[in-house]
Amino acid sequence: MMSHWIVAPIILPALVGSFVLLTLRHDLLLQRVAGLAGTAGLVFLALVLWAGTAGGAIESYELGSWPAPFGIVLVADRLAALMVLLTAVLGLMVLAYVTASGWDGRGRHFHALYQFQLMGLMGAMLTGDIFNLFVFFEILLIASYGLMIHAGGRMRLRAGVQYVVVNLAGSTLFLFALGAIYGIFGTLNMADMAVRVGQLPEGDIALLRVSAALLVLVFLLKGGLVPLHFWMPNTYALAPAPVAALFAIMTKVGAYSVIRVYTLVFPPEAAGTGTMVADILMPFALVTLALGALGVLAGGTLGRVTAFSALASMGTLFAAVAGFGPEAIAAALYYLIHSTLAGAALFLVVDQVRARRGTSALVPRAPMAGTGLVASAYFAAAIAVAGMPPLSGFLGKLMVLDALRDHGAWVWVWSAVLVGSLVIVVGFARAGSVLFWKAHDGATAAAEPPEPADRPDPAATSGWAMAALALPLVGVLALTAFAGPVHGQMRAIAAQLGDRAAYVAAVLGPEAGAGLATLTPDEDQ
Amino acid sequence: MELLVSLGIGLMTAVGVYLMLRRRTFPVVLGLAMLSYAVNTFIFASGRLISGAPPVLMKDVTTYTDPLPQALVLTAIVISFGMTAVVVLLSLGAFLSAETDAIDIEKPGAREGGAAADRAG
Repeated sequence: MMSHWIVAPIILPALVGSFVLLTLRHDLLLQRVAGLAGTAGLVFLALVLWAGTAGGAIESYELGSWPAPFGIVLVADRLAALMVLLTAVLGLMVLAYVTASGWDGRGRHFHALYQFQLMGLMGAMLTGDIFNLFVFFEILLIASYGLMIHAGGRMRLRAGVQYVVVNLAGSTLFLFALGAIYGIFGTLNMADMAVRVGQLPEGDIALLRVSAALLVLVFLLKGGLVPLHFWMPNTYALAPAPVAALFAIMTKVGAYSVIRVYTLVFPPEAAGTGTMVADILMPFALVTLALGALGVLAGGTLGRVTAFSALASMGTLFAAVAGFGPEAIAAALYYLIHSTLAGAALFLVVDQVRARRGTSALVPRAPMAGTGLVASAYFAAAIAVAGMPPLSGFLGKLMVLDALRDHGAWVWVWSAVLVGSLVIVVGFARAGSVLFWKAHDGATAAAEPPEPADRPDPAATSGWAMAALALPLVGVLALTAFAGPVHGQMRAIAAQLGDRAAYVAAVLGPEAGAGLATLTPDEDQ
Repeated sequence: MELLVSLGIGLMTAVGVYLMLRRRTFPVVLGLAMLSYAVNTFIFASGRLISGAPPVLMKDVTTYTDPLPQALVLTAIVISFGMTAVVVLLSLGAFLSAETDAIDIEKPGAREGGAAADRAG
């Protein structure tokens, strides 16, 4: 009964996207209705998946009824359900903003691309086959290329070329990693790989370590970790701001893939790879955090400041992931939800600033229309992103710090997170005071009014747009208010990730799961 | 045969990486194409190199070549072909609108006093 629901979150956006592209090309209103209805349907499907997996069941779906490991499987466990739900909810929020602010009318095929993007995201989170993960990565990337250059512009197109080239290089690297993995394992099914990783001959260990490192490199490129972060600030600052808000989930796909693959196939207790990946991750995560914090302080426009804050949040997230214990993963997942919503809210604020002020450059200008409302939204989003009390960013960072208390490098982690947060707070305070307060200084207030934005669309600053902007902030508030139950859920997810045998049993049958349990007796079976 | 294939993969990768590090879009696109050829051959080789053996079940045959990498290569070729088309069109658009095909972009706002570039986003 449950099983067919698993494939539905991939099928629905594929159908809606194609339908919009084929029949509704010329009618923006119908496109909006179809897009919003499709995404709302996606939220419903995600809730069904969530309800189906909340009890701890792991469901696998064999596409075309080809038995695993020969066919491709989709797997819904708690982690996949969480990511699908988060993606669907964020997708609906951002689409509501795009519709309310008229962004979708500034270029062509926004809604179709948006649905294909959601399809790729859903697929990447549900698949249980690593080559299929590559295919869904490509689907979400090719849609993101279109969204990235939506509405055009000289700078945006050039940043788009950079973004595409970097990601194509990343895809090639992914294929090299997959080739090496197939050469060693003889399978691409992740559960099957998890079984075989303990049975590899001694001679393959070196190759195994190389392919594990190649694969993590690909995921870190998607996740924007130093030294593979260089595509991220320009992309996020020059993409249309609502698209950047959706991209908040794209870097999280990198983090999700690391969590999935490196708890299932290459867990720290596996003999061949050991803690290699965790050891690579931790220092680079902390450098990312530091670099992002400095960027927040140095960014010349609010767009760049926000892009660098997204980079810093990926640093914090990967630092938590590098802990790899159940507590660390639970904290990482809570922080993942938080930083997705808060980052999206801040990007939407950037869009409002750009629409009302003509530019988000941090130079004093005459006051913009509706300063109070935008400033309040900025204030709330910045507090959340920076990790100040009372919002969920604070709780998330607290959980991360607490979970890494016993980590060998805890001094470094605590210093980086705490000092980084301070620098980010200063950076946001500086940006906010220039944007919202300096405008009311005597000299600038008397200066010429802001030059008209190059898109005189009144919808861009309408009340509906502001209402849609509030949606992710409401999400952050809810995450704060229900932090206890949510964290409980995250711990349940982390516990399920620790039980590799259950995942393998769900995909390959109970015998394979039992075989895995005896191979690694230190599993909590 | 192993030596020939691995030399070929290595050479194509080297050429691809070299071209990808160039500063103009056109060589970069060529480099990406080169890299995708290299990786396609690499995946093909990951099923081990066996010549003259059938990939599907046949009577009286005991040695098979692995058919799965061939399917994977097919997928990879289709995807990289589509991606190359996208990047060519995109670079063309960027070249026509920016009148330069340099890969590097100036710091946003450096050229037009901070405002114009940012307004593009």
